[in-house]
Amino acid sequence: MNMKRILVGLAAATLLSVSGASAAEPALIFDLGGKFDKSFNEAAYHGAEKFKKETGQSYREFEIQNEAQREQAMRRFAQRGNSPIVATGFSAAAAMEKVAKEFPDIKFAIIDAVVDAPNVRSIVFKEQEGSYLVGILAAMKSETGTVGFVGGMDIPLIHKFSCGYIGGVKSVKPDMKVLENMTGTTGAAWNDPVRGGELTKSQIDQGADVVFHAAGGTGIGVLQAAADAGKYGIGVDSNQNGLFPGHVLTSMVKGVDVAVYNVFKEAAAGELKGGTVDLGLKENGVDYALDENNKDLITDEMKAAAEKAKQDIIAGKVEVHDYSTDSKCPY
Amino acid sequence: MDFDFAALTSILALTLRLSTPLIFAALAGLYSERSGIFDISLEGKMLIGAFFSAVAASASGSAWIGLLAGIVSTILFGLVHGLASITYRGNQIVSGTALNFVAAGLTVILGQAWYGQGGRTPFLSGAARFGTIDLPFAQEVAGVPVIGPLYANVLSGQSLLVYVAFLMVPLTWWILFRTRFGLRLRAVGENPAAVDTAGVSVPWLRYRAVIICGVLTGFAGTYMSVAQSAGFNRDMTAGRGYIALAALIFANWKPVPVMFACLLFGILDALAIRLQGASLPIVGTVSVQFIQALPYILTVILLAGFVGRPSPPKAGGVPYVKER
Repeated sequence: MNMKRILVGLAAATLLSVSGASAAEPALIFDLGGKFDKSFNEAAYHGAEKFKKETGQSYREFEIQNEAQREQAMRRFAQRGNSPIVATGFSAAAAMEKVAKEFPDIKFAIIDAVVDAPNVRSIVFKEQEGSYLVGILAAMKSETGTVGFVGGMDIPLIHKFSCGYIGGVKSVKPDMKVLENMTGTTGAAWNDPVRGGELTKSQIDQGADVVFHAAGGTGIGVLQAAADAGKYGIGVDSNQNGLFPGHVLTSMVKGVDVAVYNVFKEAAAGELKGGTVDLGLKENGVDYALDENNKDLITDEMKAAAEKAKQDIIAGKVEVHDYSTDSKCPY
Repeated sequence: MDFDFAALTSILALTLRLSTPLIFAALAGLYSERSGIFDISLEGKMLIGAFFSAVAASASGSAWIGLLAGIVSTILFGLVHGLASITYRGNQIVSGTALNFVAAGLTVILGQAWYGQGGRTPFLSGAARFGTIDLPFAQEVAGVPVIGPLYANVLSGQSLLVYVAFLMVPLTWWILFRTRFGLRLRAVGENPAAVDTAGVSVPWLRYRAVIICGVLTGFAGTYMSVAQSAGFNRDMTAGRGYIALAALIFANWKPVPVMFACLLFGILDALAIRLQGASLPIVGTVSVQFIQALPYILTVILLAGFVGRPSPPKAGGVPYVKER
């Protein structure tokens, strides 16, 4: 084992000396939804692309096809000397915890989870705050008094979205009904648009007329089904307003692109440190999306309400409950 | 959630939608296996059909051209299985497994090369999809108690391919049990030597069965990518080919029981979708995990205990050798 590590170290050293004195190449590992999920992973990809365009520094990337590849890919990148290694997604935490310990000289970053190691930057978002805002918009748009939520994998992170969303909805009309479904319990739940669509149809049958998804690639099926039925969907992570113009009420955007970009940038400058950053409305980490695709759907009144809530949250006047603190949703 | 009549009709409508690809695929397997060619590549064929129909539909803007492309691609793909197991007398299970792997890889690689969206094809909209069809008088009878909503919300308003799937069931029964071709097809799966003695070509009969299997899996795949959802994405069949195979065995290789078996799997899946987060009498709210495991648990129970001894076609899986 030791011998192997030395050999690997030597190999990495040669590799580095061959490639010259330039900074190590960053690497990005996508989660199961895939690079082009039009949502979470795609946002990470855009952040990396922006960095590449600005600095001319190339980066390596890997799209895992199954859970087992996550750790392999991470270790492979670490052995090659890629740094920082950024992994997207909650599920990457276990693998990173292990690999980061083995390669203390390499910088890591994880999005959506916290890994407690000196060489790991953990980036989490206050999804509940952004979800609260889209919840307000959903409640004001709904005519039936029922709105829906479709989550991807049944994990605490996704409940963070739904809880904030419910909070936002109830802050407008306390007696509104929120239907809540999860697509599945495995990683496959991030990439099952057929099931997402059927869950949405079933919610629409139960009266929902605005459906918010936090389901990665599955969410395309959610937005599709809502658009097919002439109802409204709400996108997540990336700005998905343009996917089905006129039928995507808004999107709860998460600054995954900015986070990846910043990590790459800080690492290039040699300033990347471990620790956790928690990005909320105040830090522009989350927000609701308003653009030409949905400007006719959001009335001035709705916009004013969302903006007011945003200011209140930033000022600390309204505190949105964070599900991950106590695994409960008080709304 | 209240368990009222509206919820019931919505579950039944969902059942029809979810059963449709299973019915197509299971009937496809029925033709193939009745002729003596075991086909575990139903999953792969559906995937190929789903991919090429989505590609053709997005390129041409017509769902019908998509359907055609889906069928042609699955026939060609199926003929590889035919070639391996009829002409070259290879092991049918090995060939089928290989095709499943080829399908899973090929669709993603081609999709990535052509569209660069991680194996996903572009979204289909308008005429590039099979929309829903309203049956005549759906609105008029909707007010009639019980039957009205069932007709208007369950039977009406489904995709054209859903109706095709259910029409395929009596058609298959008729072909299999009332035509000369059907008689020979069944005979070739039971005793190919007898068919050969009667002067009928065993390979040609089996090839025809494989082609029919291709046509039906083409329908199954097209339904998934062009009607049920709007475009292809990686591994979108998600094991439905295997469930169809289970339904086929469960139904003892008979067309009408196949339909009921598929409906059973469909309703289990529909309940899994609909019951999630719902609170039921006595048991309260059931966890997501249990609800989602339910179809599989019941599959095991049904296959283990309720089918009795399956009686597969006797010559199934055995390549026919005319002379030693």
